[in-house]
Amino acid sequence: MTRLTTTFAAPRPALVCFITAGDGDTAANLDALVEAGADVIELGMPFTDPMADGPAIQSANLRSLGAGTTTADVLRYATDFRARHPQVPLVLMGYANPMVRRGPEWFAEAAAQAGVDGVICVDIPPEEDFDSPWALGPALRAHGIAPIRLATPTTDAARLPQVLDGSEGFLYYVSVAGITGKQQALIESIEANVARIKQSSDLPVAVGFGVRTPEQAAAIAKVADGVVVGSALVEICGEYGAAAPAKLKELTSALAAAVHTARQEHAA
Amino acid sequence: MNTPLNSFRTQPDDRGHFGQFGGRYVAETLMPLVLDLEREYRKAQADPAFAAEFDDLLEHYVGRPSPLYFAPRLTEELRLLADSQGNPGGGAQVWFKRDELNHTGAHKINNCIGQILLAMRMGKTRIIAETGAGQHGVATATVCARFGLPCVIYMGAEDVKRQAPNVFRMKLLGAEVIPVTSGGATLKDAMNEGLRDWVANVHDTFYIIGTAAGPHPYPEMVRNFQSVIGKEARAQMLSRVGRLPDLLVACIGGGSNALGLFHPFLDDPSVKMLGVEAAGHGLDGDQHAASLLGGSPGVLHGNRTYLLQDEDGQITEGHSISAGLDYPGIGPEHAWLKESGRVDYTAVTDDEALEGFQLLCRTEGIIPALEPAHAIAAVTKVAPTMPRDSIVLMNLCGRGDKDIFTVAEKLGVEL
Ligand SMILES: Cc1ncc(COP(=O)(O)O)c(C=O)c1O
Repeated sequence: MTRLTTTFAAPRPALVCFITAGDGDTAANLDALVEAGADVIELGMPFTDPMADGPAIQSANLRSLGAGTTTADVLRYATDFRARHPQVPLVLMGYANPMVRRGPEWFAEAAAQAGVDGVICVDIPPEEDFDSPWALGPALRAHGIAPIRLATPTTDAARLPQVLDGSEGFLYYVSVAGITGKQQALIESIEANVARIKQSSDLPVAVGFGVRTPEQAAAIAKVADGVVVGSALVEICGEYGAAAPAKLKELTSALAAAVHTARQEHAA
Repeated sequence: MNTPLNSFRTQPDDRGHFGQFGGRYVAETLMPLVLDLEREYRKAQADPAFAAEFDDLLEHYVGRPSPLYFAPRLTEELRLLADSQGNPGGGAQVWFKRDELNHTGAHKINNCIGQILLAMRMGKTRIIAETGAGQHGVATATVCARFGLPCVIYMGAEDVKRQAPNVFRMKLLGAEVIPVTSGGATLKDAMNEGLRDWVANVHDTFYIIGTAAGPHPYPEMVRNFQSVIGKEARAQMLSRVGRLPDLLVACIGGGSNALGLFHPFLDDPSVKMLGVEAAGHGLDGDQHAASLLGGSPGVLHGNRTYLLQDEDGQITEGHSISAGLDYPGIGPEHAWLKESGRVDYTAVTDDEALEGFQLLCRTEGIIPALEPAHAIAAVTKVAPTMPRDSIVLMNLCGRGDKDIFTVAEKLGVEL
C-alpha cells in the first residue's frame, strides 16, 4: 500500500492541507500542519501565471517567486519533509509549464526521489496526457507517483470516465466552477456530485475549493473521503509571515477535529 | 514519380495540434467549455447562413474588402537605399493590405465579428475579452454595442496607462474596463484574468480571445476569421498585377494578423513569408517580446508554443514599445510554421519600429500603429535587397491614432 492508499483506507475522513512552497518558512509551516492533524499535505509549486487561482493563492505564488523560490527549492522542501515525516502523504500541486520544463521524465524521477506520493497538474487534461511528448501521467505512474486528476461541476457523465482513466491516489472534486478562494458550493450539490463520481470509481474523493471553516469542512467530510483546505491557510501564511506556524496550527487543529469526527456526529 | 503536395493548410489535427504545438492545456473546469465551443464552431462552419451573416457584417459594418495599395514613395525611398547598399537598380515594390482602414482601426474587428456571431448562436449573454494595445478591447466593445451584449474587458494596469485613448473608447462603447494589477500588469496578466472570469462564469459567458492563441479551437478559429485578409489580398493581387506577391510581411504579437494574411498563401510555393516579432531593446537581453527567436517551447494559456521563460518554466515579462506585441507567447501555428521552415521570422527593435513609423508617415501620408511599424521596419531592410520587379505585400494591420502619445514621448515632444 502507498502512503496515500493507507491514509484513505482509514475509517475517518482525511484533512488535506495546501500551502505554497517558498511562501514563508515552508518547513515550519508544513510541520505545523502535520502536528495539528493534517492527513495529507499538498505543496503548491509556485508559477508566474496561476490561471485557476484566486487572489489569495496568486499572491502566495508571487511572494514565493519574489523570494527567489526555484524548482530545486521545491524539491528540497519535499525531500526534507519526507525525512521528517516518513508516513505523511505529500502531493505536489501546480501548473504544467514548471513541471514539464525539463521533460516529464525528469520531473517524475526528481519527484519520486524527493518522496512525493502524488502530483496534481492543473492544466494538463486527460486529452493531452497520454501520447504527447509532454504527457505527465505516464511518467508519474512509471515512477510510482499517483497522477491525481480534478473533476469539476462541469465534468459531465460523458467526460468522467476519461478523467478517471489513469487517475490514482484520489480524485480531487473541485466543488465550484471557478477559481480558488472564497466562493462556496452548496452541500447538496457536493453530495450529489461525490455520489455520482463514486458510482464510476473506487478512488477516494477529496473535495476542495472554497472550504474555509471547520463547520464547512465537517459538512463535506460527511459525504466525502477527504476535505481540501487551501486559500484560508495560504492567507495565514501571507498575513503572519514568520509567525504563521502558530496560527496555522490553530486553524488546522479545528479543521482536523471537525473533519475527523464528522461521521461520528452524523451517526449519533 | 509525383511527390504529393504537402499542404501547409490542413493544420491543426482534430485535437488542435499543429505538429507538436497547440492542444488544449486548460483546467478541467474549462475543458467541457472548449469542447462545446469546438462543436458549436464546427456547426457554424457548416452553416451557410453563418458565413453569409459574417460576410455581410464585414462588408457593411467593417468596410471590407480593405484596399490593396501600392506605396510609390516608400518604394522609391527604398530603391534609393538599394542603390546605396550594393543592389543598384534593385528594390522591390511595396504594397499594403490596408486593414488599418477597417472600422475601429485594426484587423482585430474581423475576428470579433466572427466570435460574437458564434457567441449569440450559443445563447451566451455576456462577453469578456483581454486586451493589450486596446485594439482588441475596442473591437470587442464595438461588436458588443452593435449587438447589445454586456462587455467586460481585462487590461493590464500598465497598458491602461500606455493606451489611455483606447480605454476611453471602450468606456464610450459601454464596456467595463477592469485594470489587472497582477504580474507585470500587461497582456498575459489580462489573459489570465480573462480565463479566471470564464472559469467562474461558464454558463452565460463567451470569451472572445483576440489573437490566434489559447486552447483549441481558438487558434484555428481566429485564424479562419482573419483569413479574410489573405483571401482578399490574394484575389486583389491577381486582378491588379496578374500574379502573386514574392514576399508577405506581417508583425506578430500573438500572430493573428500575420496568419490572416499568410494562411491563404501557404500552399503557394513561390510566396515567401516573413513574420516580425518585437525585439524591444534587443534580442541579447531580456527586454524583448520575441517568443520564437528568443524563447523556447512551453505551455501557457491553453496551448503548447514558444514562450519567454526561465530555466524553471516561469514566464518572463516581455518588453516592447508596442503594447500589442508585448506578449510572452505566440500562437501555436506560428511555432509549427517556424519549425516546418515554411515561414521565416525576424525581429525589430523599438528604435527601428519608431523609424519605420515616421518613414511611413512621411512617405505615404499614413500613420501606422506601432505594431505594423515593426513590419515596416522589416520591409525597409528586406525590400532593398530584392530585385526591382519583385513584390512585397505587407499587412498594414492598424492605424496609429492610439500611439501618438507613446511616439511623442519617445521623440521628446510634449503634447
Ligand atoms: C494593430 C495591431 N497589430 C497587431 C497586433 C498584434 O496581434 P496579432 O499578432 O494577433 O495580430 C495588435 C494587438 O493588439 C494590434 O493592435
